[in-house]
Amino acid sequence: MRKILEWQIATLTRVKAETPTVKTLTFSLPSWVPHFPGQHYDIRLTAPDGYQTERSYSIASEPERGGEIDLTVERLEDGEVSPYLDDVLMVGDQIELRGPIGGYFVWEAQMGEPLLLVGGGSGVVPLMSMVRHWAAAGSKVPVLLLYSVRSPEEVIYSDELNHLCEMRDGLRIFYTFTRQTPPGWTGYQRRIDAQMLHEVVSQISKPFRVYICGPTLLVETAANHLVQLGIAAENIRTERFGPTGPSL
Amino acid sequence: MADSFISRGFLGKRRQPEVEGRVPPGQYVTPDFPVLSAGPTPHTPLDRWTFQISGLVRQPVSWSWEEFLSLPSKTYLTDIHCVTKWSKLDTQWKGVSVETLFTNIDLDPKAMFVEAFSDGDYTTNLPLEDILHDQAFVAYEFDGKPLQPEHGGPARLVVPHLYFWKSAKWVRGLNLMERDSPGFWESLGYHNRGDPWKEERYRGD
Repeated sequence: MRKILEWQIATLTRVKAETPTVKTLTFSLPSWVPHFPGQHYDIRLTAPDGYQTERSYSIASEPERGGEIDLTVERLEDGEVSPYLDDVLMVGDQIELRGPIGGYFVWEAQMGEPLLLVGGGSGVVPLMSMVRHWAAAGSKVPVLLLYSVRSPEEVIYSDELNHLCEMRDGLRIFYTFTRQTPPGWTGYQRRIDAQMLHEVVSQISKPFRVYICGPTLLVETAANHLVQLGIAAENIRTERFGPTGPSL
Repeated sequence: MADSFISRGFLGKRRQPEVEGRVPPGQYVTPDFPVLSAGPTPHTPLDRWTFQISGLVRQPVSWSWEEFLSLPSKTYLTDIHCVTKWSKLDTQWKGVSVETLFTNIDLDPKAMFVEAFSDGDYTTNLPLEDILHDQAFVAYEFDGKPLQPEHGGPARLVVPHLYFWKSAKWVRGLNLMERDSPGFWESLGYHNRGDPWKEERYRGD
């Protein structure tokens, strides 16, 4: 068994702009191993004088795609690593990575039960790995994605999600736009709340597994309300993502 | 090979000189207080809250919330380091030293390890030596206010010299053991001890 958490030098092979502030970076890995959807990789940057810093990024791609991974990165203006990945790193450049990491916020098709995915902003990234894996594995379990985003321009993976919904039975997506809606929008246009969760949960048969990823307030709200709706806490897995929220 | 790798065009944001030496390798300083947890935040009513010391002790102990608040407390100013790469400097807590909790408790000499257990079925394991000598405390205030539920309130263990997952949120007790037994994250690929200065993030580090 390979020591899976050794640093390796990966090569950036593709860049795709997802939204004005979000890009997907595809890295080719010399020692790729299949990941569980929901896991992440660590990136380490080293300056010429030896200064180093590290960050974690969720894997967006499905494990069925061998040899490479997609990491979807949101640019944080005052960040140290995301502006480097956005401005400096170019196709053909090398970077140090290690992973896959994380063993709880993970889903595999063989786990069975229907899935409720709740994502906020770039918190949709690890959920997308689950959706892509679900499609690639030919899973038959119903999947419901509740995706909270500020505006239509900020929807990550928009075309692919729409395409998957058309092509595949079993995937349904509920968007909620918290600041600006598309023209003629009749769906949700507020932050995720108890009523919205109640309506969404009524569309899915129990028991189901829940994965929630996004900013702290969204994760706290969604998880607390789902517990109040009678979903067992052990079926709810959470992950925080994106810029950190306000302190206490 | 990886040890000599340089990231093309990376200079990095340099730390202020005054924090140099306080930030472990690979970490960055944040003014925020990020929240990380694996599942929903538990909300145990204070009238049903207890803190227990069990396992290899002559007489197990259990405090109610009121009893716990009446124990001698201290204020701590300390840096904390999360395995997800953020560090937060000069955090201020109020709580009860584990040393104080162990006063008047007869620890079995065979006790070498401790399991901190929490609401929500979270556990983490520590060598007993890592929580003695005033190195660890059970906090119920942060920045002069009651510890918020998403940060582990009503009370959390704080072990500042180890990665912060060892500082179990919603802690309800300590179970003393002869043999080490991996807790929640320790069973899921994270390091068994988690010393940030040695960058013990994951199993095998």
